[in-house]
Amino acid sequence: MSESNGKAGRIVRAPEHFVDPTVAHEITQHGLNAARRGFLRQSFLAASAALASGTALASASKMTDGDPNILTLPEHSTTLGKPVAANPYGVPSRFETNLLRRESPGLTRVNAASVSFTPLQGLFGIITPSGLHFERHHQGWHDIDPSKHRFMINGLVKNPKVYTMDDLMRMPSVSRMHFIECGANTAMEWGNVAVPTVQYSHGMLSCSEFTGVPLSVLLEDCGYDKKNGKFVLAEGADGSGMTRTIAIERALDDVIVAWGMNGEMLRPENGYPLRLVVPGVQGVSWVKWLRRIEVGDKPYATKDEAIHYIDAMPDGMYRQYTSIQECKSVITTPSGGQRLLDKGFYNITGLAWSGRGKIKRVDVSVDGGKSWRTARLETPVLSKCLTRFNIDWTWDGSPVVLQSRAIDETDYVQPKINQLRAVRGTKSIYHNNAIQSWQVAASGEVSNVQVY
Amino acid sequence: MSRCIKTVAAVSLLLMSTLVHAQRFPNVGRPATEQEIAAWDIDVRPDFKGLPKGSGTVAKGMQVWEGKCASCHGTFGESNEVFTPIVGGTTKEDSKTGRVAALADGRQPQRTTLMKVPTVSTLWDYINRAMPWTAPKSLTTEEVYGVTAYILNMAEIVPDDFTLSHENIEQVQRQMPNRNGMTTSHGMWELKGKPDVHNVACMKDCPTEATVRSVLPDAARNAHGNIAQQNRPFGAVRGTDTSKPPVTAAVSSGRRNELAVLDAGQARTPVAVAAPTATGGALAKQHSCVACHGATNKIVGPGFTEIAAKYKGDPAAESRLFDKVKNGASGTWGPIPMPAQSHVKDDDIKAIVTWIVGGAKQ
Repeated sequence: MSESNGKAGRIVRAPEHFVDPTVAHEITQHGLNAARRGFLRQSFLAASAALASGTALASASKMTDGDPNILTLPEHSTTLGKPVAANPYGVPSRFETNLLRRESPGLTRVNAASVSFTPLQGLFGIITPSGLHFERHHQGWHDIDPSKHRFMINGLVKNPKVYTMDDLMRMPSVSRMHFIECGANTAMEWGNVAVPTVQYSHGMLSCSEFTGVPLSVLLEDCGYDKKNGKFVLAEGADGSGMTRTIAIERALDDVIVAWGMNGEMLRPENGYPLRLVVPGVQGVSWVKWLRRIEVGDKPYATKDEAIHYIDAMPDGMYRQYTSIQECKSVITTPSGGQRLLDKGFYNITGLAWSGRGKIKRVDVSVDGGKSWRTARLETPVLSKCLTRFNIDWTWDGSPVVLQSRAIDETDYVQPKINQLRAVRGTKSIYHNNAIQSWQVAASGEVSNVQVY
Repeated sequence: MSRCIKTVAAVSLLLMSTLVHAQRFPNVGRPATEQEIAAWDIDVRPDFKGLPKGSGTVAKGMQVWEGKCASCHGTFGESNEVFTPIVGGTTKEDSKTGRVAALADGRQPQRTTLMKVPTVSTLWDYINRAMPWTAPKSLTTEEVYGVTAYILNMAEIVPDDFTLSHENIEQVQRQMPNRNGMTTSHGMWELKGKPDVHNVACMKDCPTEATVRSVLPDAARNAHGNIAQQNRPFGAVRGTDTSKPPVTAAVSSGRRNELAVLDAGQARTPVAVAAPTATGGALAKQHSCVACHGATNKIVGPGFTEIAAKYKGDPAAESRLFDKVKNGASGTWGPIPMPAQSHVKDDDIKAIVTWIVGGAKQ
C-alpha cells in the first residue's frame, strides 16, 4: 500500500467477483494457461466474424435497401466511447443548444433587474432542469459563500435566533415538488398579443423538488408569539434586500426554508444557499438568498408590495398583496412559433397548475373553444405543482385554434381572456391566467392569437 | 449523605431532561445578539415602526440626488431611460383626495412611482435598503431622509425649504397623492380567497366569437430572434424560421420523411455555444454599463462606438477613459454625469476600456 505514495486518485482494483480469488492470483502470477486462452480466442473470433459480416452488409447496400443510418453502422457503434467521469458534472448533449433561458427584448432595460424565461416549448414532464429554471433578479445575483451565510429570526419571538447552514441542514427536512410562477407571467398579453412563443408568454414558470426545513418548525424553535404574530416579513441578503409580507397562516402551512433543488443545492441564480419556498404564491415571495424572517403584527407595505407587484384595476385602484397564483394551463406543443411539418397524428401536450391545490381536470379544444375533450393527466398530480397533460389529435391540415382549460380542486375554471378583462381591465400587469390560444395555419405554422 | 447526593443527582437529571425536552433541537442555532438584530432589522413599516430617528433637508437630498441618483433617474426624477419615472402624473388635488386621478382616466401614458406608492415609509425603506443601484445600503440616515424629502419636493408634496424627520413623516404620509388608492379586498391574498373571475366548463356548442381578436404584429415576428433556433431540430415539430415571412402554402399531403432527413442534417452540425470568456464586451454587460451605454447609440451616456470614434488616434485614450470610469466624469457628452464605478475591479475597467477603444466589437 505504501507504493501509493501520495498519488492522488489512485484507484485500487476491485476484487474480481467472477473469478475465484486463488484463480485470479494464479492468472496474475502466471498468465492464462492454454485451456483458458483457447476459450477467450474462440469468443474473439466469433466477435470478429460478426463485425466483418456487418461491414460487408453495409458496403454492399449503398442507397438501395434502406436508410443509410441503419445500414451503415455509425462511428458510435464501431468505436470505443468516452470513459466515465469525462464530464465530472454532466452537461446536455452537444446537440441540445437551442433550448436556453432567454430574455425578452424591450421588456426591461437593465439586465440586473430583468427576467430570463424557461423554454417551456421543448421541456417534458413537470420538473424544470435546474439550469433552465427562469430567472428574475431585482438587483443582480451573487454566488454566496454558504459558510458565511446566516439566517436570523426576530421580531415577535421569545428567542431571536441565528442559524448557520450547518444548523439548518441538520434539522428535520422535507422534500416537496412545487411550481414557482412570477406574478408577472403572461403580463405582456393583457392588452393584446405581444410575444411569439410560449417561452416568452408563460416562461416565468418552473417546477422543482425543493428540500428544506418547514418554516413552522423554525418559528416554533424561536417561540413565535402565537397571539400577536399575524404576519412574517421575509428578507433577502441581495442588494435589493427583497422583502415580502406573508400571513402567518401561510407561513405555518407549507412554507419551506429551502437549500435543496432537484437533489442538489440551489443554483446561485435561484438563491444559493437559502431561499423561501411559498407554495402556490407568486415567485417574488419566494425570497432568494434568504437572510431573515421577522414576525410582526401588521403587514409591511414594502417596495415590492406598494410600488411593484400591485395589480392595477380599471377604476384606478391598486390591489395590494395579490399573491395566490390562480389556476392556469397552457399547451406547450404545438405552440406559438412552432411548425407542423405534415398532417396526421400529434400528441398535444401541456402544463396545468393552481396555487390553490391540485389540478382536477384539463380540457383541450381544437376549434377555438366551441367544443372540448378532456385530456389525460400524467402522474404525479400534486398540490401546487405542475401537472402534465396529453391528448391525442389528428390534424387534417385545416386551420385551427388550440386551447387548454384547467380546473382545480376548488372547481375554479381557468377563464377566457375576455372574462378576465371584463373584471380587471387590461392594465393589471400581474396575474394573467387566461386560456391561451394557438392558431395553426394551413402551412403548419403555429402562432399566438387571442379569441373571445 | 449518600441519599442526599442521590436526591440531588436525581433532581438534576430530572432538570436536565426537562431542559432537553423543552428544547427540541439542542445545539442548533444560537441567540441573536442585540447588535446583530440592529444590523439587519432595517425594515420600516407604514406605522413607521423601525424608522431610525433623524432628519434630512430637501437641499441635502438634492445634493445626494445629483451625485448618486440623477444618472439613472434623471435630474427631476422624470427619466424613463433606465427605470420607470419616479416623479410625475400627480396633482395638488390628488394630495387632497388621496387618489391619483390620472390612474382612473388613463391620461398618463406611464405610471410613475409617486402615482402608485401610498406610503412614505415604503419610499424611505426602498431608498435605505436598495439604493443607489450599484451601491445599495451605502447612504447615511440623513441622506435617506434628504433624498426622500427631495423626491417629495419634486412632486410638490413638500416645499423647497422642508426638512423631513421622524417627527413629521407621519403628517407627510397623510399628503401622499395615492394614499387611498390601495385595496386588499380581493380574493388573491388568502388561499381560501374568493375568485373574482368566473368561467364554466362548457363542453359542446360553447359560445365563441368567429373572429380572431388579436394576432402577433408582423414587426414582432422576428423580434425575439429566429424561433427556428429556439426549438429542437428534431421531434414532433420544428421552430418556425422567423427570419423569413410566413409560409403561405399548405403543408404537403405526403409524409414528412424527406423534410425530417433535411432537418436532421442541420442537427448534425451543432451550433457552437460561445464559451463565457471575460471579454470587455461581456464585462460591460456584467457590470451593467449597457444600462446607460448602447453599443452604437446614446441611452443615458454615449454609445460605445461613439466613444471609440471620439478618442480615435488619442494615444492616452485608455488611461483617460480608465480615469473617467473609475472616478466619474461630467460635461464631455452632456449634462448627465457619469457616476464613479470604483466598485468595479481595475482589471475589469481596463478590459472594458480597451474593448471600447478597440471599436467595441460585439
